[in-house]
Amino acid sequence: MSNTRGASVVFDGVQKSYDGENLVVKNLNLDIAHGEFLTMLGPSGSGKTTCLMMLAGFEPATHGEIYLNGNPINNVPPHKRGIGMVFQNYALFPHMSVAENLAFPLKVRGMGKAESEERINRALDMVELGAFGSRRPAQLSGGQQQRVAVARALVFDPELVLMDEPLGALDKQLREQMQYEIKHIHDNLGVTVVYVTHDQTEALTMSDRVAVFNDGIIQQLSPPDVLYESPDNSFVAQFIGENNKLAGSVVEIGKGVCTVKLDDGTIVQADPVNVHNVGDRTSVSLRPERIEVAPDNSPDNLVDGKIEEMIYLGDHIRVRMNVAGNNEFIVKVRNRRDKRPISAGDVVKVGWDAADAKALDEAI
Amino acid sequence: MSSSETMSVEEQLAAGQTEDGIVRAADGTPLKARLAKALRREKLRSFLMISPLLLFIVLSFLMPIGDMLLRSVENKIVQNTLPTVVQELERWDPASEELPDEATFAALATDLKIAVKERIHTRLGSRLNYEQSGFSGLFRSTGRAVRKMEEGPYKEQFIKADEDWGKLQTWVVLDSFKAPYTAGYFLNAVDAENTVDGVQMKAENERIYIQLFIRTMWMSLAITFMCLLLGYPVAYLLAHLPARTSNMLMILVLLPFWTSLLVRTSAWKVLLQGQGVINDLLVWVGFVDDADRLVLINNQTGTIIAMTHILLPFMILPLYSVMKTISPTYVRAAKSMGANDWTSFWKVYFPQSVPGIGAGAILVFILAIGYYITPALVGGTSGIFISNRIAFHISTSLNWGLAAALGAILLVLVLLLFYVYDKIVGIDNVKLG
Ligand SMILES: Nc1ncnc2c1ncn2[C@@H]1O[C@H](COP(=O)(O)OP(=O)(O)O)[C@@H](O)[C@H]1O
Ligand SMILES: [Mg+2]
Repeated sequence: MSNTRGASVVFDGVQKSYDGENLVVKNLNLDIAHGEFLTMLGPSGSGKTTCLMMLAGFEPATHGEIYLNGNPINNVPPHKRGIGMVFQNYALFPHMSVAENLAFPLKVRGMGKAESEERINRALDMVELGAFGSRRPAQLSGGQQQRVAVARALVFDPELVLMDEPLGALDKQLREQMQYEIKHIHDNLGVTVVYVTHDQTEALTMSDRVAVFNDGIIQQLSPPDVLYESPDNSFVAQFIGENNKLAGSVVEIGKGVCTVKLDDGTIVQADPVNVHNVGDRTSVSLRPERIEVAPDNSPDNLVDGKIEEMIYLGDHIRVRMNVAGNNEFIVKVRNRRDKRPISAGDVVKVGWDAADAKALDEAI
Repeated sequence: MSSSETMSVEEQLAAGQTEDGIVRAADGTPLKARLAKALRREKLRSFLMISPLLLFIVLSFLMPIGDMLLRSVENKIVQNTLPTVVQELERWDPASEELPDEATFAALATDLKIAVKERIHTRLGSRLNYEQSGFSGLFRSTGRAVRKMEEGPYKEQFIKADEDWGKLQTWVVLDSFKAPYTAGYFLNAVDAENTVDGVQMKAENERIYIQLFIRTMWMSLAITFMCLLLGYPVAYLLAHLPARTSNMLMILVLLPFWTSLLVRTSAWKVLLQGQGVINDLLVWVGFVDDADRLVLINNQTGTIIAMTHILLPFMILPLYSVMKTISPTYVRAAKSMGANDWTSFWKVYFPQSVPGIGAGAILVFILAIGYYITPALVGGTSGIFISNRIAFHISTSLNWGLAAALGAILLVLVLLLFYVYDKIVGIDNVKLG
């Protein structure tokens, strides 16, 4: 990643309210580095688009300041910010051809015809649509329109590109291909990208860092692997990936490990991420692939589980069991030849290490 | 079909193809025929569903229009009233500059005696009076005289009864209207007439219709343009304000629809007249001197103001429904690419609203061109439209033939403009939402 071309962005204590009563964005502090691919991930209505619109200049911040490359931009109108944007429905101008769409940002900058044409061709080649310049947007497929929108947002060499759920309207296969291509373009150009999505897979596969939004607050800002493996709180744990929750109270807290008494009386060891005092209510979070059925070694925690249901998925078997009173306890069992066969109704031992069990705040 | 060599007949049938190249259904009938049969029922059903409307349109719209077009050229009255004269006139050449011969006058006596008995000679008189004044009196006086006329020669007796019978022009008119169909009404409608020397324009001071047609056109254009100018910003606000405010505004736009046309037009009289509200206001502010108040009514200004107001909703509504479909993200996208407010409006928003302008302009123009109540009430003499003359000829002068010819010309003009419009703007580019 070249850090020379991308812009840096700082949100400093930004708040936003549309109606003067409710804060849609509550005290947003966020540093985005030069050339970073940052994703805002969160459920619908959590304020992601609002943040993007404030950055683009279409919504004023109610409070706080936004800096672009160190300069405050609250009073800079959108067309002077030089920020490229890709909209969810692409917003390609229907009355212009693809080439005219791409020429638009160059024309308003007063760029000469020759240079403008060269840039348009380069941008179209970048998204592999070189032969489509004379078509109207309506004559393109959804995926092609998406590429044109990306090319148009990049053709005037912005330092920062904003994308608001740009792949939301595509089918799964195309979406995966476009994720790869956008990531590729980002790596090649080194622009800073702020990307909004509600799809966690998209966020994890594309981003340098992910900001998980809920209710107008950033719940966690981390690289994808940290987000998955060390969630800060139970919202993030639940929102990212699959997750088993065991509710209980802290009975003993030590350095790097705590003891939790689950509600059915089972005692387990866990990593105290978000609990601080003995007696705190907690939700212990466990990834299904970190749990072993009938483990050969002796893990920190070993409890009984009754198998309720098994789903064969080829590379692994998804086992739903009842563990410590939780009926929805999911375990992923690797499909190994030498493994002792299990079947629904069996009671087996399940085990996991304390480090894989995160004691988080109580889940709502 | 290279594969047909290796296929059995059953396989070919199953694949829906045969060696003659016709695609067939499973039972062997050609697929096209099957499809047509299936579609025929559908078509019949839809036809039955629209037939009441079709009947209604034919009876109440197409037939009257056809009747009107026929009336604009029909002229059987001369032939019906003076059948023998018409026959005799076949031999007469108006270019000879001589009166018709005695036989024609004898025929005139025969025909007129019958006509007088049936009391239809005055009707012919009033009909020909449209073409040349004096005919009405000519037929009335001759009708009285003809009963007392003695056996021939008739020529002298007729000229004695009314000297007009001795004038060439009288016979030229009769001769040119003897055919059952005439271009006379149309000539009249374009300020021309048939004279001894062929078709000629009327005298300068007698021409009215061409000028009226031109005035109707340019004033309708002016009204359309005013409606666009005033309606565009309103439609824009309607389409982009928050729902509650825009609903309120919409009620204001629709309000004129709920008041009677006469009430609205009369209200304009109150506002626009010399001692009216607007003049009072202007005098009070000091823009206008009390001595020379603006003449805003009973002229073209009055017509344009009042009709712009009345037709404004017809511009706003199509504009609104098109603008409603233009997503605000287009303008945002334009701005994000560096376009300022004006460029993003003019290059991105406006072109997408053009179909609405097209629809609104056509609607307003076509409504304006046929309007006559408002021009009649606030237009004075200089602000009336061709429709006012049509209405006059239909209900006052009872010259339906001329009214029909004027109407037909108006119809052709509108169709012509429609065609030009299609060539320039494209009818596909017109949408109502
Ligand atoms: N223009 C607006 N006017 C009023 N409320 C809005 C507006 N845009 C968004 N909101 C509200 O702000 C909240 C956050 O919306 P948004 O930023 O679009 O969320 P997200 O993009 O994460 O789905 C939602 O509750 C939404 O109803
Ligand atoms: Mg959104």
